[in-house]
Amino acid sequence: MSVRVCGDPDEAVAGIEDGSTVLVGGFGMAGMPVELIEALIRLGATELTVVSNNAGNGDTGLAALLDKGRVRRIVCSFPRQSDSWVFDRLYREGRVELEVAPQGTLAERLRAAGAGIGAFYSPTGAGTLLAEGKETREIAGRTHVLEYPIKGDVALIGAHRADRMGNLVYRRTARNFGPVMATAATTVVAQVHEIVDTGVLDPEAVVTPSIYVDRVVKVVPAA
Amino acid sequence: MNPTISPPSLVEHLGRGPLTQHEMAARVARDIPHGSYVNLGIGRPTLVADHLPQEAGVVLHTENGMLNMGPAAQDGQIDPDLINAGKIPVTELPGAAYFHHADSFAMMRGGHLDICVLGAFQVSSAGDLANWHTGSPGAVPAVGGAMDLAIGAKRVFVMMTLFDKHGVPKLVPECTYPLTGAGCVDRVYTDFATFQVGPGGATVLETFGIPYDDLAQRLEVTLSPSGGT
Repeated sequence: MSVRVCGDPDEAVAGIEDGSTVLVGGFGMAGMPVELIEALIRLGATELTVVSNNAGNGDTGLAALLDKGRVRRIVCSFPRQSDSWVFDRLYREGRVELEVAPQGTLAERLRAAGAGIGAFYSPTGAGTLLAEGKETREIAGRTHVLEYPIKGDVALIGAHRADRMGNLVYRRTARNFGPVMATAATTVVAQVHEIVDTGVLDPEAVVTPSIYVDRVVKVVPAA
Repeated sequence: MNPTISPPSLVEHLGRGPLTQHEMAARVARDIPHGSYVNLGIGRPTLVADHLPQEAGVVLHTENGMLNMGPAAQDGQIDPDLINAGKIPVTELPGAAYFHHADSFAMMRGGHLDICVLGAFQVSSAGDLANWHTGSPGAVPAVGGAMDLAIGAKRVFVMMTLFDKHGVPKLVPECTYPLTGAGCVDRVYTDFATFQVGPGGATVLETFGIPYDDLAQRLEVTLSPSGGT
């Protein structure tokens, strides 16, 4: 299906349902699709499962979504940060469920979902709390842990530039989880700083090919 | 690769030490071979970068998708799209490359990084590492990339103070905090001594400001001096 170029972030997130699993790109604030999350807050979808590296920074973006009580469960690698006070409070109050995954395992589980891999064995986390209850296997003399894919209903990602077909390029370390999340959700929504005509992006430089992208929307860069 | 060879026999630097954080960082930097691909963990290990001269040709990896990361950004250079694993604005050096998170962690897990330098709550003499969670009931568990780094890099260096703020040793017979990785640490660089750890137990390579015998008395782990029998 070809990409839809949306007029604003509200149009871009329209139809996200209660109870959805939402993959949210970004590492800290780099690549964080803040405008899409704000639109998701206005949309009102609730009981969400959010998959993201962090559990919100400051009071905007993911932190604001959490603060509104829309998130039932979060899957992330690093919730505890100096500015994660919103998550910390909700977690201590027992109002949000947390699944912690090693960062590389989180990325690979998303990659596996996008690549049609049923499960995979990884040495990361073997013999630790995060492997408790998981199947393990000795492979080449090393304990490996069985990990399952994480598939999203929706992915919200921040990229730098899109063309009208939906090909995406990113900027510096804001790339982070965007390309893997773009493969791992049924509906992929990208906010970008610029939308260019098809043919303008160097095909050698496209990071996320258009096949993965469903909706794009231009937002004004914060900086 | 031509790794710096550590002294074959224990060296006691009695006139020098305990080391400051920067001296520890410089000590770690001295053991990073020319041209290595290295990940420096967040916190104290990032100080190692200040002691790697440009001619050492060390390429720094940051877990959030970059190789050949440069120093911290100064005022005019700050770009919110260019940060390190600690979310600090950084710079890029010529020859830098960006990649997504699954690739970044494939680099670790796949054994492509030569060295990572991590902080720790505890390291056991067998090389078990505990650095992600105190396990206390009120603590929010957060692992980040620590487990991937611990098992992925070819060599894992820990840089830490030898004693916590209550004077309790952090080099231990068995970790009491939840593990980050089992048997993954090779070297432990501390303010009082440098240790080799692993299946053979803890070997002291050098001491700083303390004689070996005194050091052995202050720790519960069984030590052996490097080059000793």
